[in-house]
Amino acid sequence: MPRSEQTLDEIMNLASAHFKVPREKLTPDEDFFKTLRIDSLQALDLLTKLENHFHVELPDYELQGVSDFRTLAGRIQSRL
Amino acid sequence: MLDLDSYSSLGAALRDALDRWPNETCLIECDRDKEKTRLTYSDFKELALPLSRALQDAEFNAGDRAAIIMTNQSKWLISAFAIFYSGGVLVPLDYKLSATEHLQLLAHSKAKVLVVEYYLWRAISQSPEFTNHKLQRVLVTEAPLGAELAGALRWEDFRRKGDPLFVPRERQDTACIVYSSGTGGRPKGCVLTHENYLEQCKALTSLYPFWAGVRYLSILPTNHAIDFMVGFIGPFVCGACVVHLRTLRPEFVRDAFVRYKITYVSLVPMVLKNLERGLKAKLEALPSSKRFVFEKLVTLNKMLTKKRANVRLSRKLLPQVHRAFGGELLAMFTGGAFMEPSTLQFFYDLGVPVANGYGLTEAGTVLTVNDLKPFRADTVGRPLPGVDLRVLNPDSDGIGEIAANSKTVMSHYLDDPELTAQTIVDGWLLTGDLGRFDNDGHLQLFGRKKNMIVTEGGKNVYPEDIESAFDGIPVKEYCVFAANYIWPTKSLGNEMLVLVVRLEQNQDFTQGVKDEIAERNRKLADYKRVGGYVLWDKDFPRTASMKIKRTVLAEYIAQKLDRDTAVTSL
Repeated sequence: MPRSEQTLDEIMNLASAHFKVPREKLTPDEDFFKTLRIDSLQALDLLTKLENHFHVELPDYELQGVSDFRTLAGRIQSRL
Repeated sequence: MLDLDSYSSLGAALRDALDRWPNETCLIECDRDKEKTRLTYSDFKELALPLSRALQDAEFNAGDRAAIIMTNQSKWLISAFAIFYSGGVLVPLDYKLSATEHLQLLAHSKAKVLVVEYYLWRAISQSPEFTNHKLQRVLVTEAPLGAELAGALRWEDFRRKGDPLFVPRERQDTACIVYSSGTGGRPKGCVLTHENYLEQCKALTSLYPFWAGVRYLSILPTNHAIDFMVGFIGPFVCGACVVHLRTLRPEFVRDAFVRYKITYVSLVPMVLKNLERGLKAKLEALPSSKRFVFEKLVTLNKMLTKKRANVRLSRKLLPQVHRAFGGELLAMFTGGAFMEPSTLQFFYDLGVPVANGYGLTEAGTVLTVNDLKPFRADTVGRPLPGVDLRVLNPDSDGIGEIAANSKTVMSHYLDDPELTAQTIVDGWLLTGDLGRFDNDGHLQLFGRKKNMIVTEGGKNVYPEDIESAFDGIPVKEYCVFAANYIWPTKSLGNEMLVLVVRLEQNQDFTQGVKDEIAERNRKLADYKRVGGYVLWDKDFPRTASMKIKRTVLAEYIAQKLDRDTAVTSL
C-alpha cells in the first residue's frame, strides 16, 4: 500500500496531466475546483482516472464535500 | 399499466406488478461501464420476499420506519419493496449527506431499520456522534469479506424462507417520510401517503406513459422524489424497465443511453448542460459542408415540429443526433432547478424534447410539466391532471405566490404541527415560489418568496442549514441568505448564497478573518457553499428571544446596498 504522501503526489500528477495545469500550480490544501478551473462533473472525470491508477473503486459520493487533494488522498487511502 | 384507482397502497400495486409481468426485465444495474445485475419481475420477487419475511421475523411491523441510504442500485428497490410489503414506512435519505447529517435524520425519523451501503455505514459508525442511535437493525450491502460491521448484519445474508405476510395499508397511511431540508436545524420530514404516490403516478403516466419495453435511465439519486416516482413506482406499475447507473460521470451516462436504448431519463441542469456542451463541440468539429447540411435539416425539423413534438420524424431527419442518445429516446425530464430556456430549445431543435416541470417534495414531486403540445422553453408547463394551482396576492404583473391543492400534497411535516400549519393553509400548500399563468395556462416562475436556493445539481439548500458551519468566526454576528431573497430578481437564475457579516465596533475585516471564512466555507459540501460575503454595518434586528429577524434584515440590506457592489466573491 502506498503511503498517503505518495498517494497525494500521484493524485496531483494525474490531475495536472488530465486537466493540463502545470504541476507546480497545484498544492495539497488549495481548492482544486478553483486551481483546476473545473466543475463537479469534470471532477468526476478525474475519479475514473484515479480508479484506473490506484485499482480501487471510487463511487461518486467519495468526492462529496471534497475540494482539496489532501482530503481526496485520504478517501482513496482508506479504500486501498 | 395497473389500474391504480383500485389500489390502496404502493405495496399492493408493486406486489401485483411483479406477478403481472414475470418475464419482463424490470431492472438493469450498471456500475460505470459494467452491467452488474439484470432482473426480471420474477427474479425481483424471489429476492425481495425472503427479505420481507426476515424483516417480519425481526418484528418489523406495520407502520414501523425503515431508512435506506444507498446509491442507485437494485438493492435499493428490492429493500423498498420488502419494506412496503411488510406495511412499513420508507425513509429514503440522501447518500450524499455527511455521517453527522445521516445520524440526525435517522434520529428524527425514528427509523427502526437501516439499509445502507458498506462504505456509507463505515462513515456513520465511525462518526463521533455514533453513540446513542435507536436503530434496532442495520443491514449493510456489499461489505468486503472480514469487514468490521459495527453491529450490523449483511444484507445479502438477511433472508428467511417461507412466504411473508402481505400487510395491507390504507390510502391515507404514511408511505414515506422524505426530508426536504433541515439537516442543520429544523428537519422538514414530509409525510407522504400512499394516496399521494398513487395519484401522482396516475397523473404523470397519463402524460408520459410507460409500458413493457420502455427503459428509464435512473441517474438522479433514487431517494430524490422525482427518481423515486419516475425511476421506480412509475415503470414498475407499467411493466417497464429501470436502468440504474451509479455514476453521473458523463462518459458512462453517454454510453448508457446507447447501450440500453433509453426511452426516458430525468436530468438535472448540470448534466443537461454537459450534454449540450458535448454535442455543440461535435457539431462545431463537422466539416463546413456537412455542417451546412446539418443546419438546414435542423431548420426543417424546427419547422415541422413547431406545433407538436414528433420524435419519430426528428429521428429520420437527424439520425446522427438520435443515435448518440440510443435512437429510442422519447423525452428527457428536468425540473426543480432553473433551466436555461436556450438549453431546452437547443435540444428541442434537434428533435430531443426536454419536458421541463416544476414541483417540490411537499407536493408529492411534480405539480406542472410541459406536455410538448407545443413545446415551450419559457415555462414549466401546465398543472398535472388533478392539480389545482392558484396565484396568491398577485402584483400588478400578475405574479404572486403559487399555492397548490391536490391529492398529491403531503399530509404534514413530521412532528412539526407549527410548520405544517404555516405551510398548508385551508388545504392549500403554500409553495414559497413566485409565478404567474400565461394565456395558455402555462406556469412561468419568477423567483422565490422563501429564503433558499436550488443548485444546478438539483439540490435544495436552506441558509439555516449551513449557518452552523460558520460558528465561532471572529465577527460580531453573521447570517446566511439566498442573494435573490435579499435582492429579488423575478428570476430563478443567478442563485447563490451570501454570508452577511457584522463586525465588532472598530474591528477591521482582516485577511485572517477572510481566510477563516473561506476555510469554513470550503469544508462545506460544494453545493452548500456560500458564493460571497456582504459587510453590514448595523446590529442585526432580533426578536425578544434573540432570533434574527431575517425578513427585516433582508429588507434593510436591500434598501441600503446594491447587490453588484455589496457582494464580494469568496
